[in-house]
Amino acid sequence: MSLEVAIAKRLGAFALEAEFATGGRVTALFGRSGSGKTSVLNAIAGLMRPERGRIAIDGETLFDAATGIDVPVHRRRLGYVFQEGRLLPHFTVRQNLLYGRRFGRRGAQARLDDVVTLLGLGDALARHPQDLSGGEKQRVAIGRALLADPRLLLMDEPLASLDTERKGEILYYVERLRDETGIPIVYVSHSIDEVVRIADTVVLLSEGRVLDAGPMREAMARMELRPFLGRFEGGAVLEARVAEQDLENGLTRLEFAGGSLYAPDVDALIGEQVRVRVRARDVSLATVRPEAISVLNVLPGTIKALGESIGASVDVQIDVAGTVLLARITRKSVAALSLAPGRPVYALVKAVAIDRHSVGWA
Amino acid sequence: MLSAAELEILGLSLKVAFWSMLASLPVALGLAMLLARAEFPGKTLLDGVIHLPLVLPPVVIGYLLLVGFGRSGPIGAFLEDQLGIVFAFRWTGAALAAAVMGLPLAVRAMRQAIEAVDRRLEAAAATLGAGPLAVFATVTLPLIAPGVLNGMLLAFARSLGEFGATITFVSNIPGETQTLPLAIYGLTQVPGGDAQALRLCVLSIVLSLAALIGSELLLRRARRRTQSA
Repeated sequence: MSLEVAIAKRLGAFALEAEFATGGRVTALFGRSGSGKTSVLNAIAGLMRPERGRIAIDGETLFDAATGIDVPVHRRRLGYVFQEGRLLPHFTVRQNLLYGRRFGRRGAQARLDDVVTLLGLGDALARHPQDLSGGEKQRVAIGRALLADPRLLLMDEPLASLDTERKGEILYYVERLRDETGIPIVYVSHSIDEVVRIADTVVLLSEGRVLDAGPMREAMARMELRPFLGRFEGGAVLEARVAEQDLENGLTRLEFAGGSLYAPDVDALIGEQVRVRVRARDVSLATVRPEAISVLNVLPGTIKALGESIGASVDVQIDVAGTVLLARITRKSVAALSLAPGRPVYALVKAVAIDRHSVGWA
Repeated sequence: MLSAAELEILGLSLKVAFWSMLASLPVALGLAMLLARAEFPGKTLLDGVIHLPLVLPPVVIGYLLLVGFGRSGPIGAFLEDQLGIVFAFRWTGAALAAAVMGLPLAVRAMRQAIEAVDRRLEAAAATLGAGPLAVFATVTLPLIAPGVLNGMLLAFARSLGEFGATITFVSNIPGETQTLPLAIYGLTQVPGGDAQALRLCVLSIVLSLAALIGSELLLRRARRRTQSA
């Protein structure tokens, strides 16, 4: 799948001017609320008409202001999972799921039984949307979009209206979707945890513009040096392999390009690939290897770059044998240790700082 | 219980009300959609014109219908020549008068229902492959069904009570245009008609109550089915 977007539109005082291309399996449109993520999604779906620009999917033009092409929403064959579900209240779950079929949207791959099994909706089929829980509604919305045979699935913060437990549940289903259906997904989110867990490509939006776009690991590492994310959001993403499960201590040893990383109890089999986000504020730096210290992960590397200082703190990029880690430390420490690019350092990461939400399946 | 003459009056009243309701349905729905969804110059004026029957003396409407739809009126003559449809002094004219008088009530009820529809649901349907007509048929219409029903029942009830416009337009012809209110009026004009008039008054009250209660019950059922999720 390839998706090309280059659009511009004024919405009151807000100017949307977004351009990116992606071929990812799961592309995250990531940014704060009000950054234009949903507007981009609506333009792709045809629910919002840009003033200028072009949108194409696999070479087929959906919109082109220059030539006047504007394929109507119902002919774009894109699935859209909305933030609030938007199930049709006068239909049962089954009728909602099969709604797209009334219009000939019937795919070879998506069969009702499979989707019902995939999303665990067997018990809900005869019920009406008002009798469903929030998580069930969202699963029906996902199933409904899937069964309409989309060539691309657009998801607009599908977890936003759910509580933490339900979030995990839906995220699990989105992961299965990604791994089992092969339908590419464009996923809008302002939560870095979600993005890290499911996306392989990231488009970073801010105030209607694309700040960065590309493979997630690289984009994440680059974006951390910007004073863009919330103060406690920043962090690097490592691709790692489960090397050892230490059941006695409840620890998992992960191997990545730069060495080993201990994390508490990662729920995966030995040999599985996982993705770990290490938050910048959980990483400390030392210029000599510390002894007699409780921190399990001591990773040798060199300073690659220093970010802008924000208040008291500075984000530092550390190259650990080719993998980039981020550390958020104080300006005072940068000066005291005379940290500068090229300087060898040890990055210290507490194992317990890596929690369940920081690990995803690659 | 009812005499043959009374049954005839009742039957005619119901026939006129039924057809006026049915004929005004597409017109009212179309106007309601237009007012609720479209922006165009003269919208306020159109809204005002539709509401005129609510505030004008009914005799004005009746007289205008007579001028326009009478056999020598421009529209009436055209319809008779081209389609063979005659309104003047026929029960169809009574239905037309009742439809015009009931139209603002029907449009108001339907417009409110249309404005209450969550348009995001329509957008969701479109992403699933539904074109504009299919969206209207499978999303909008089911969601506004209680409002449409309400509007139709209001128009029906209004038709049952229509008097001024009807008597001006199609006169008071027993068996043709003499609906309940007209029959009661006729009886009050002749000596000794009081008892008969009272009987018809009771009939009128029973009929109206039945229509109101019936509509309330239907509405409750319809609302339960289309409650928003």
